[in-house]
Amino acid sequence: MKPNPHTAKDELLKAYPKKTARKRADQIVVNERRADGGVPEIKSNVRTTPGAITQRGCTYAGCKGVVIGPTRDILSITHGPIGCGFYSWLTRRNQTRPETSDGANYMPYCLSTDMQDEQIVFGGEKKLRAAIQEAYDIFHPKAIAIFSTCPVGLIGDDVHAVARDMKEKLGINVFGFSCEGYKGVSQSAGHHIANNQLFKHVVGTDETPRPEKFKINLLGEYNIGGDAFVIEELLDRCGITLVATFSGNSTYDAFANSHMADLNAVMCHRSINYVAEMMEKKFGIPWIKVNFVGAEATAKSLRHIAQYFNDAELIEKVEQVISDEMTAVLHAQFDVRPRCEGKTAMLFVGGSRAHSYQTLFKEMGMKIVAAGYEFAHRDDYEGRRVLPTIKVDADSRNIEELEVVADETRYRPRRGPEELVQIREAGVELNDYSGMMPEMEDGALVIDDIYHYETERLLEIYKPDIFCGGIKEKFAVEKAGIPCKQLHSYDYGGPYAGFRGAVNFYNEIDRMVNTRIRAYVRAPWEADEAEEEVESAIAS
Amino acid sequence: MRKIAIYGKGGIGKSTTTQNTVAALAEMGKKVMVVGCDPKADSTRLLLGGLQQKTVLDTLRDEGEDVDLADIRRRGFGRTYCTESGGPEPGVGCAGRGIITSINLLEQLGAYSEEENLDYVFYDVLGDVVCGGFAMPMREGKAKEIYIVCSGEMMAMYAANNICRGIVKFAEAGGVRLGGLICNSRKVDNEREMIEELAKRLGTQMIHFVPRDNDVQRAEINRKTVIEWRRDAPQADEYRALAHAIDDNDMFVIPKPIEIESLEHLLIDYGLAA
Repeated sequence: MKPNPHTAKDELLKAYPKKTARKRADQIVVNERRADGGVPEIKSNVRTTPGAITQRGCTYAGCKGVVIGPTRDILSITHGPIGCGFYSWLTRRNQTRPETSDGANYMPYCLSTDMQDEQIVFGGEKKLRAAIQEAYDIFHPKAIAIFSTCPVGLIGDDVHAVARDMKEKLGINVFGFSCEGYKGVSQSAGHHIANNQLFKHVVGTDETPRPEKFKINLLGEYNIGGDAFVIEELLDRCGITLVATFSGNSTYDAFANSHMADLNAVMCHRSINYVAEMMEKKFGIPWIKVNFVGAEATAKSLRHIAQYFNDAELIEKVEQVISDEMTAVLHAQFDVRPRCEGKTAMLFVGGSRAHSYQTLFKEMGMKIVAAGYEFAHRDDYEGRRVLPTIKVDADSRNIEELEVVADETRYRPRRGPEELVQIREAGVELNDYSGMMPEMEDGALVIDDIYHYETERLLEIYKPDIFCGGIKEKFAVEKAGIPCKQLHSYDYGGPYAGFRGAVNFYNEIDRMVNTRIRAYVRAPWEADEAEEEVESAIAS
Repeated sequence: MRKIAIYGKGGIGKSTTTQNTVAALAEMGKKVMVVGCDPKADSTRLLLGGLQQKTVLDTLRDEGEDVDLADIRRRGFGRTYCTESGGPEPGVGCAGRGIITSINLLEQLGAYSEEENLDYVFYDVLGDVVCGGFAMPMREGKAKEIYIVCSGEMMAMYAANNICRGIVKFAEAGGVRLGGLICNSRKVDNEREMIEELAKRLGTQMIHFVPRDNDVQRAEINRKTVIEWRRDAPQADEYRALAHAIDDNDMFVIPKPIEIESLEHLLIDYGLAA
């Protein structure tokens, strides 16, 4: 029997003390799409209650690990004790492919200042300076990024002053991030800090013009499991030039030149919308929300890009590519649907993946019974229409908000006001994102920053056919006898983006939800009366 | 061995009072060690006749792990032992963490061990209790007795009250107790009576009233305690009296910090607000 979401919510809240229950009641919402297009309000981007096991990461992880890390030729140095650098080393399976065999790729390296007691007491700036010099002497990179860990903020090392000095001394770009782990309520703060510094120190520093006709940047695509390679190839076949990806398979030079693009296509709204908005204000480049996860979503995204450029030849080319690709996709769907139709999934991951992956499951005929983000804000759930009503709390005020104005010489609106209206009327999400909840069914559970206790209870109540999450919950879910697909690292799989990725995903999920392996194993503590009866029968 | 920490508002005369008292104790034949817990490293200047050459943290930085007790401990007046924690220059690093490192190193090197036969260890701690590091002497039983140097000035009394809050916090975990207030007079009206009353309200005692005397300044210019500089000066006897009071003290309490309003009333009652 189908569980009642309201009863399930009450069940989750029952175990909590009054105050926690009150707070969680606002973060656990039963979805409902109202006639005016609105959805219920969900509390998000707030502190996790101490004692709860959260999926979240820290600000340093969001800044270094997510946004800056996947760029192969920016040399990243962690300023802090060794653990922060070591445990954030290659954890996300971001792939990269230098253009030449001797092209710079520092992603396999882990550089840290290895702060010790002495640096804590006497300050660590000297050691940081020495580390930058040493790294420069070995690698001669184009740019060096310095990431602050918690103690740096406590003892007051000025990483920005060191960066300025070393930039002057070495003649390369050196910039620092005040992304101490304790800032903000989750890794989301780190994304914002990374966006700010990228925009301040890198974007728009290379004025080389780009002659191509259809130039875009892809924002919020981090090339997990090779996703970016698939999208790059697709865009290339359509005749669309990708100037820069923020930041999968990305390079420093591409960032520097990215203001030459005429459109920003945003994948993960949460982690990168700041750069999109700032580029709009400063350079006049509009952004649209796209999604290259799911075949239908990919087709729609390509069509929207073509509609934006409003070029008959491009539109035709895009349609051609879509129809070329869809044959294999439909074939795969036809194959898996009889086995997957009606099966249920839960997605608790990221700040956009819990939304974007729903498309793939729907294409397989599967149903999303519950979903939620780790670190997203209300606009990612309910859509940007709620932005004016979001209360900015003290934790968010702690993160710098850059004041951006139109560049005196370089601001060039890419489309006139009338054109923008037309594009919007064609159904393109221009400078907008409508969020996850409007695309979810009524009665689906939406849970922000799910606590581990709730995960376990939900699995018991709903018994979904598959759970999508990350490494922290992976094995707890598997132990409950439910397959868990990691959507941070893709376990060992991928790519899942684009048409080819969709086929990979269908086959992977088909394999996971239809395996009968669990029917063959029985935990030793599970009493099996039938088996005992058989044994006693044999004995007598 | 009695382990004593001296706290009080910045500039109140902690280091001067500590060193003069230590000199008096040494005169009485006590074996005393002074540990300066101030990054400025000027807590033992009067006993040594000049600034300590090398602090614990400087030594640790230069010598690495191979540090000897003799490298960081020097003999001062009356065969006292003097050490300075040292620390970063202002505005850099974490001085509190430095004090923790320094005290741990002294322990490791056996500066407090039985064989040293010490009667007293004095920790002279910078200003107010600003962070965890400066509370180190109170924590984990590094110091068992606290004396707070104060005067009849409002802010000095305010600081004394604040330090009492710190003591309460560590009293249960570390077993630290307040031994009394030392009034280092600023010649405020009714000062003695007022500090006696403050002490009473805090649940402690004013262990000694040290009058203001320019001989203290004269001795300091000569890099000496009053006791060493002019042993028959009346002020030398004041420090001797303080030393005896501490030596004989048996009143160790968990203080009861008072509300700020109550502190203000005290000043009004003693006619200072008029």
